[in-house]
Amino acid sequence: MYGPTRNKQNILELTGLVKRFTSQTAVDEISFQLREGSIFGLLGPNGAGKTTLIRMITGIFYPDEGSILFEGRPFRAETDILRIGYMPEERGLYKKMKIGEQAIYLAQLKGLSKEEATRRVKDWFVKFEMQSWWNKKVEDLSKGMGQKLQFVTTVLHEPRLIILDEPFSGLDPVNANLIKDEIYALAAKGATIIFSTHRMEQVEEICDHIILMNKGRKILDGSVTEVKQQFKENLFRIGIAGAAPPDEAFPRGAGLPPDEAAPSNSGAPPGGAAPSNNEASSGGRIPSSGDGPATFEVVERDDNGCVVKIKEGYSSNDVLEYFIRKGQPVLSFSEILPSLNEIFIQLVEGTPPARQFHSLQ
Amino acid sequence: MNKIWLITRREYLTRVRNKTFLLSTFLLPLVIILFMAGSVVISQQTRSRHRIAVVDANGYFKDYLKSDSTISFVFPPGVDSLNYQQKGCTAVLIIPVLQKDTIHKTIYRLKYKKQLGLEGGIELENRVNNAITDHLIFEQTRIGRGTLDSIRTRSDIAEMRSYEDQGSTVRESSQGSAFVIGYVSGILIYLLTFIYGAMVMRGVMEEKTSRIAEVIVSSVKPFQLMMGKITGIGAVGLTQFLLWIVLLAALGTIGQTFISAETWNEVHHLQQSGPMGGGSAAGVSENAARLSRIIIAFNNTNVALIVFCFLFYFIGGYLFYSALFAAVGSAVNEDPQEAQSLMMPITLPVIFSFFIMSVAVQDPAGPLAVWASIIPFSSPIVMMARIPFGVPWWQILLSMLFLVLGFLGTTWLAGKIYRTGILMYGKKPSWKTMWKWAFHK
Repeated sequence: MYGPTRNKQNILELTGLVKRFTSQTAVDEISFQLREGSIFGLLGPNGAGKTTLIRMITGIFYPDEGSILFEGRPFRAETDILRIGYMPEERGLYKKMKIGEQAIYLAQLKGLSKEEATRRVKDWFVKFEMQSWWNKKVEDLSKGMGQKLQFVTTVLHEPRLIILDEPFSGLDPVNANLIKDEIYALAAKGATIIFSTHRMEQVEEICDHIILMNKGRKILDGSVTEVKQQFKENLFRIGIAGAAPPDEAFPRGAGLPPDEAAPSNSGAPPGGAAPSNNEASSGGRIPSSGDGPATFEVVERDDNGCVVKIKEGYSSNDVLEYFIRKGQPVLSFSEILPSLNEIFIQLVEGTPPARQFHSLQ
Repeated sequence: MNKIWLITRREYLTRVRNKTFLLSTFLLPLVIILFMAGSVVISQQTRSRHRIAVVDANGYFKDYLKSDSTISFVFPPGVDSLNYQQKGCTAVLIIPVLQKDTIHKTIYRLKYKKQLGLEGGIELENRVNNAITDHLIFEQTRIGRGTLDSIRTRSDIAEMRSYEDQGSTVRESSQGSAFVIGYVSGILIYLLTFIYGAMVMRGVMEEKTSRIAEVIVSSVKPFQLMMGKITGIGAVGLTQFLLWIVLLAALGTIGQTFISAETWNEVHHLQQSGPMGGGSAAGVSENAARLSRIIIAFNNTNVALIVFCFLFYFIGGYLFYSALFAAVGSAVNEDPQEAQSLMMPITLPVIFSFFIMSVAVQDPAGPLAVWASIIPFSSPIVMMARIPFGVPWWQILLSMLFLVLGFLGTTWLAGKIYRTGILMYGKKPSWKTMWKWAFHK
């Protein structure tokens, strides 16, 4: 996904962006580029400075230092925000205003004429099956309905850059999919999407490119595949035919201490592979972590095979070779890449809480 | 500019179309009128006619004590302080033989069981004194009561007008009407500043608590949002105010036709004889008097100047204070009590101006009134109280200039606080933090 858009121009280029508040530096030297048409994940723990960064991109805040290039030109808030659609995490609508009127009003504020706004609102309402809502007030809507309406008002003026902060929170799976499909459709039409969330599985599913922020700084920047490659631990899952049920020739735990696999497991991601290691059973066929060849070590094993970590300087073929030599039929062989969730936790965990206030002295 | 217009229009239309607006606009004058009419009706009903028995040792009060619709004097034979109630009277007036001694006055007594509302008043005493005067005149000149009454009626032929000496010209002074116009304008500006200022504050708080502020400020500048709200609500205020004027004028015209000629006469009579007795009678007469004084005042005073100044100071004062109210609204979170405490520094000068205004209508050229009518914090309220009395041009112009500079200043300041406050959630900001928002780069 990231590859094909590589030829397009950057819709957004941030260079050395800094924003300080009285007690802290919310955004500290952030730089990145955003290719047109990509779906971009802006990640970070609470208080990492995402919202401040977004507010600078949407012209709500002026950066203290650094520059923003929008579509190749310096960002000019008055005109460029008309080409940006922003759905903040703390979203809201006028509770007492009729829904149709409200959508038209918000579109007019984005520079559409009344007629054009009305036409587009009607189209979107048909698409989302919201026609019957037109004369209702926001206070009559459920949270999910409000969310859909908010999404419509965000994209109504066909922005080139769409910024969505936690767009799926509060949505049921059906409506979440509806919005997700629209996000894909908008990206396919050439809109660029910045997607800010804590929900890593959504990022993995939707985004091409991510940035991870912590304490106002960028700590990770790359395409989802690149990032995963960068953080991979050379773990492979091997499926082996007849990986020995425990009651077969080799009794459970025979010949090796049953918990021997556990210590070497520490580096492995939790839940990254098969459930547990309590079936350290197939001793004879799969080498236990202690012994085995110089090429790899077994991290985890179960009835269907094992997870191995290839040692420095060896390739996956060395591993396969080992099993082939042993005459054990390999049914499957796949690389285990870390999930973004794991990478996120690994990078952010252990650092002090994000919103640290400097002493004022 | 276009965006401010869009926001103004929304603010205006959503409020004007709201049922509350219609109700308050059309019901408030009705409620006021009904209240006034109701109090008149109630007071007329409670004002029962008193029958007062008179025990007269002099023998002439029967001819000279005047009865009317509120008090009738009766002289039943054999009445005394024990049996007056059996004779259908509410009180008995016992007048012994009066000695012709102005120093050691003869005491006469009124006895009653139920309060009459006349005991402490001078009304009864005036009637007795008038009767004595009329009797003495007759004794010495032989001119009878009928002649005296007709002379009194026919002598009502002169009226005083006072003029203020202004060097080469004189100006007809109309202190009374100036007082009323000044006071009413001052109170109106005071009320309107509060009503619509608070409306701006609530609007800003609503945008903040419903979290739409962030959506809007990603489309428009915070300043545009604030200005749109202020102008929109200002337009609502003007509309409502003009509707009230039209309604009150219409209701007044209708109301006039309901007042009988008799009442008018009575009112006229009461007005001439000065404030007497029960407040009920004065209620009618004062309303009528106020009306007539306003009519006279409209003829006597520079209506165009007053209307222009009223609109100018209404708009100027509204802009001056509503910007500050907007800043407070942007700073508070959900809690209305926070708004209360943050509003204090804004409401205090307004209330203070109100007190200065009540001094200014008494002493419109005093130094307190003059200075307070030039300083923009108090000028909208105080200057309006002074204008009907006549204010030198340079003072009006200086006051207006300062007011314009003042509201530009408050708007600028409020804009800075608003810009930061509207997106801040959490702790209630102190005035110190708001100061920082305004002046910290």
